[in-house]
Amino acid sequence: MATETHGAEPVAESGGLVFHPMDQFIVKPLFGHGEVGMFTITNVTLWLFLAIVAVVLMMVLGTSKRAIVPSRSQSVAELAYGFVYKMVEDVTGKDGLKYFPYIMTLFMFIVFANFLGLLPMSFTTTSHFAVTVVLALAVFLTVTILGFVKNGASFLGLFWVSSAPLALRPVLALIELISYFVRPVSHSIRLAGNVMAGHAVIKVFAGFAAIAAISPISVLAITAMYGLEVLVAFIQAYVFTILTCVYLKDALHPHH
Amino acid sequence: MEGLNFIGAGLAAIGSGAAAIGVGNVAGNFLAGALRNPSAAASQTATLFIGIAFAEALGIFSFLVSLLLMFAV
Repeated sequence: MATETHGAEPVAESGGLVFHPMDQFIVKPLFGHGEVGMFTITNVTLWLFLAIVAVVLMMVLGTSKRAIVPSRSQSVAELAYGFVYKMVEDVTGKDGLKYFPYIMTLFMFIVFANFLGLLPMSFTTTSHFAVTVVLALAVFLTVTILGFVKNGASFLGLFWVSSAPLALRPVLALIELISYFVRPVSHSIRLAGNVMAGHAVIKVFAGFAAIAAISPISVLAITAMYGLEVLVAFIQAYVFTILTCVYLKDALHPHH
Repeated sequence: MEGLNFIGAGLAAIGSGAAAIGVGNVAGNFLAGALRNPSAAASQTATLFIGIAFAEALGIFSFLVSLLLMFAV
C-alpha cells in the first residue's frame, strides 16, 4: 500500500478530488527517485530523525539549566516527566519504576512523531504499520522475556485463572493465551490505524474543498477534524504508553 | 466478480459504527459513575482510557479489513 503510486488521476470535470487521500503515506527516497531499498534514506527516516531531535531538544536542552524557577521549556519537560512517572507508578506500582526510562522514551517519541505528523506537508511516521509494529513488538518481547526472567515458570500462571471454576480453566487458559498473542497486533494497529484514519479523513475533506459550492463546509470540517486529530495524537500516545504499563504489570505480577 | 471487494470494504466499515457504540458506552457509563461519586473519578481515568482503547481496537480492525480489501486484494 505504501509503495503504490496513485495520484495519476486527471482533474475531475466538476473540480473535486484530484489526489488520492492515501497519497500522503507513500514512502519516497529523500534524494533522487530510485527504488526504496533496505538502507535508503526516505522521508520516513527524515521524520523519525526529526522526532528524536525534537525530543532531545526539549528534554536535554530544556532541562540543562536546572533552574529552581523553571523556564518555559523546562516546565514543559518537567510536566511530561511527572505525567509519565505518575502513570507508571499508578498502573505498575513501585517496582515498575525501574522500567520508567523505557516507557518515558516510548511516550515522548510517539507524542512527538504524532505531533510532527500534524504539521502541513509533513510525513506521519506513526501512520505506518512498519513503525508501530516495531514499537509494539519491542514492548511484547521485553515484557515476555521480563516475565520469564522475574517469575520463571510461574509466569504461565498469567494464563491459569485460579479464581475460575476448575472445569472452565482450560477454556479460559486458551482464551487468555490467544489474547496474549493478539496484544502486539492490537497494540500496533491501534496507533497506526487511528493516526492513518484521521489523516486520510482530513485529505478526503481537502479534496471536497475544490468544489466551490461545498468548500466552506469542507474547510470547517477540516478545521474540526484537525482539532480532533491534535487530541487523538496525544490520546493515542497516552493509550500506547498506558497499555505498555499494563503489560508490564502483568509481567511483574502474573497471578490473577 | 469485479468490484465485490469494494462492497466488502463497505460492509467492513459497519464495524466502525459498532466500535463507536462501544466507545460511547464506555465513556457514558464512566460519566454516570463519575457523577455519582466525583471523588473517585480522577483515579479511574486510566481505566477509562484502557477501556476506550480496547473497544476502539476492534473498530480499527474492521477499518484495517476494509483498507486491505481496497488496496491489497
